[in-house]
Amino acid sequence: MNKSGKTKFNLGSFLRRSSVPIMFIIICAFCIPLSGLSPSYLINEIVTRMGRNAFLILSLLIPIMAGMGLNFGMTLGAMAGEIGLILASDWQIIGIPGMILAMILSIPISILLGLFCGKILNMAKGREMITSYIMAFFINGVYLFVVLYMMGSVIPIKHNNIKLPRGYGIRNTVSLLSMRQKLDNLIPLTINGVKIPVATFIVIAVLCLFIMWFRRTKLGQDMRAVGQDMEVARDAGINVERTRIISIIMSTILAGIGMIIYLQNMGNIATYSSHSQIGMFCIAALLVGGASVDKASIGNVFLGVILFHLMFIVAPKAGAAITGDSMIGEYFRVFVSYAVITIALIMYETSKRKQKKMGGEALRQAQLEEEKK
Amino acid sequence: MNTDKKEKGRLGRFVESFGLPRLIIAAFLLLLLILAPIVGADLPTQITNIIARFSWNGILVLAMVPMVHSGCGLNFGLPLGIISGLLGATLSIEFGFTGPISFVMAILIATPFALVFGCGYGWLLNKIKGGEMMIATYVGFSSVSLMCMMWLILPYKSPNMVWGLSGKGLRTTISLEGYYIDALAKILRIKIGNLEIPTGTLLFFALLALAIWAFLHTKTGTAMTAVGSNPTFARAAGINVDKIRLLSVVMSTWLAAVGILVYEQGFGFVQLYMAPFYMALPAVSAILIGGASVNKASIMNVIIGTILFQGIVTMTPTVMNNIVHMDVSEVIRIIASQGMILYALTRRTEGSK
Repeated sequence: MNKSGKTKFNLGSFLRRSSVPIMFIIICAFCIPLSGLSPSYLINEIVTRMGRNAFLILSLLIPIMAGMGLNFGMTLGAMAGEIGLILASDWQIIGIPGMILAMILSIPISILLGLFCGKILNMAKGREMITSYIMAFFINGVYLFVVLYMMGSVIPIKHNNIKLPRGYGIRNTVSLLSMRQKLDNLIPLTINGVKIPVATFIVIAVLCLFIMWFRRTKLGQDMRAVGQDMEVARDAGINVERTRIISIIMSTILAGIGMIIYLQNMGNIATYSSHSQIGMFCIAALLVGGASVDKASIGNVFLGVILFHLMFIVAPKAGAAITGDSMIGEYFRVFVSYAVITIALIMYETSKRKQKKMGGEALRQAQLEEEKK
Repeated sequence: MNTDKKEKGRLGRFVESFGLPRLIIAAFLLLLLILAPIVGADLPTQITNIIARFSWNGILVLAMVPMVHSGCGLNFGLPLGIISGLLGATLSIEFGFTGPISFVMAILIATPFALVFGCGYGWLLNKIKGGEMMIATYVGFSSVSLMCMMWLILPYKSPNMVWGLSGKGLRTTISLEGYYIDALAKILRIKIGNLEIPTGTLLFFALLALAIWAFLHTKTGTAMTAVGSNPTFARAAGINVDKIRLLSVVMSTWLAAVGILVYEQGFGFVQLYMAPFYMALPAVSAILIGGASVNKASIMNVIIGTILFQGIVTMTPTVMNNIVHMDVSEVIRIIASQGMILYALTRRTEGSK
């Protein structure tokens, strides 16, 4: 899509592309001293949050590669992960085996949901993002039905401590005490008082390597081709629909696994709300890292986690310090998350239009020259 | 649009033109209405509820029409208009207006906000043609969360609205008792046994609906439809596409502002902070249930859609609870309304893209 971008390093376009991260660096630089939080506390929090969120955010990369934009439907995978965890904790499989079981359980659900989502998105080409966004709400309704009414009545749930008192349905919070931070603490390591979840980072690193390898495979190349131009890809003999569905399925599976890693760090599931905001926060974090709707790298993920969560930690304290009301800081960070997504979407759409216009002008120029000859 | 029309019977054609999901929802509502007396729910009360809810929500759904007509897609940015309405409501109370006058004042005060916000929003949407819906959603979200801060910071003083303890920052819900509660519904209210009809609100809705209908038949209105159905053709015909789109967005925003005020006078409370957050989705699904598509909507769609949607919202809890003794209404509401939006988004539409 962006042929001229590679030829010359352009300061203006660089600044424009990385305006969101730069803005965030300024916000953070402004808020950190005001919040009065110690550097060691901040580093500790950032490391924890990176372990918690990076996997989830990485799951967004593949659909972007396939030109399907930000996958708001990653919530689907999160729900599959939650169902896996609920079942695993009901069967009282504890620790790492419990997590692995939850992942295994979540994968078929993720595949089904991803397949459904991919099929629908293929029917709504050009509006993938809004469709996947509504899709998350739609499947949330199905999830409510399954978890609130089917579990305990149709799907056997043995233990009363996760069931609602009425006999069916899952409680608002399911404790994951037996799995809490089991992965994070698998290989204990503390440097200067900073606790590092080594095993989690290893899992994340493996995923990063997988994504890097995947980009070079035939399927990965196909996805990029589809992302560049669907028609050209189709002419080149790529099954566009199938490739798109696969990218969504992969994203959904990864989101499911990511959600399990996320929840083992949190230590409990908020059955009806854990997943509802996860898509928004992950997407905001990715965009803060400098990604755009059609281009995102692994580096964006990590920069995004650091900047976004730094803002998230310091904003309420800084808000309280400035205005004397901590709620303002709370609202501020919610506002910033939404504003970042809004700005990124606007920049994407305007640059897309500009490119289209430039393409048209280049064609006109070429035609004029043709005529001269 | 559909190529395989030949070999279908009349029923098939009817289903196609009406849309299968729409048919299912209508049949479902009919079933609920039939079941209601059987399971012991009082039918007149239920119908009163449906009519009342229709009167509250009608204008919010009507706010979709101008933007759909001009090809801006479904107005997921409805919260922006709602915020102008909320500013009107709170400022009207703050300035000390009471009774029905406060309703009129709320509309008057909301109008300049709606015009300014609408202009900005319309200008933005003109910059990003083709990606309106997603960005509209997030413009709505950002503005709601920005206003969350503003409700706390703005120097409101009225003791009926601010937190009692600290004396500043608006409450999450503000009662309209003594202000404009039932300001419209009280006018010409008809009462027959358990059946109650808020004639005033319905008339107000009818007035606005008529105004929009009439507008769409003026020269500018026809231009708006032309822009929506084929922007290239419209431009060739000498229509200023951007200006028409801007006008439609301003109209949508203003209607949303009035819509939320009408909603509040029926509901009896002003809801601030995160309340407007998801208010666009019910309105969007209502108009889609009524037969609109991403680039086509009529006043009839608004009326049918609001009745069907609000009918299901009011009827399912009572009827379903009586039948299966569990409250699946929330699930049904989510699946029906979001499913409807999904269905509409997957339809191939001409003119868009």
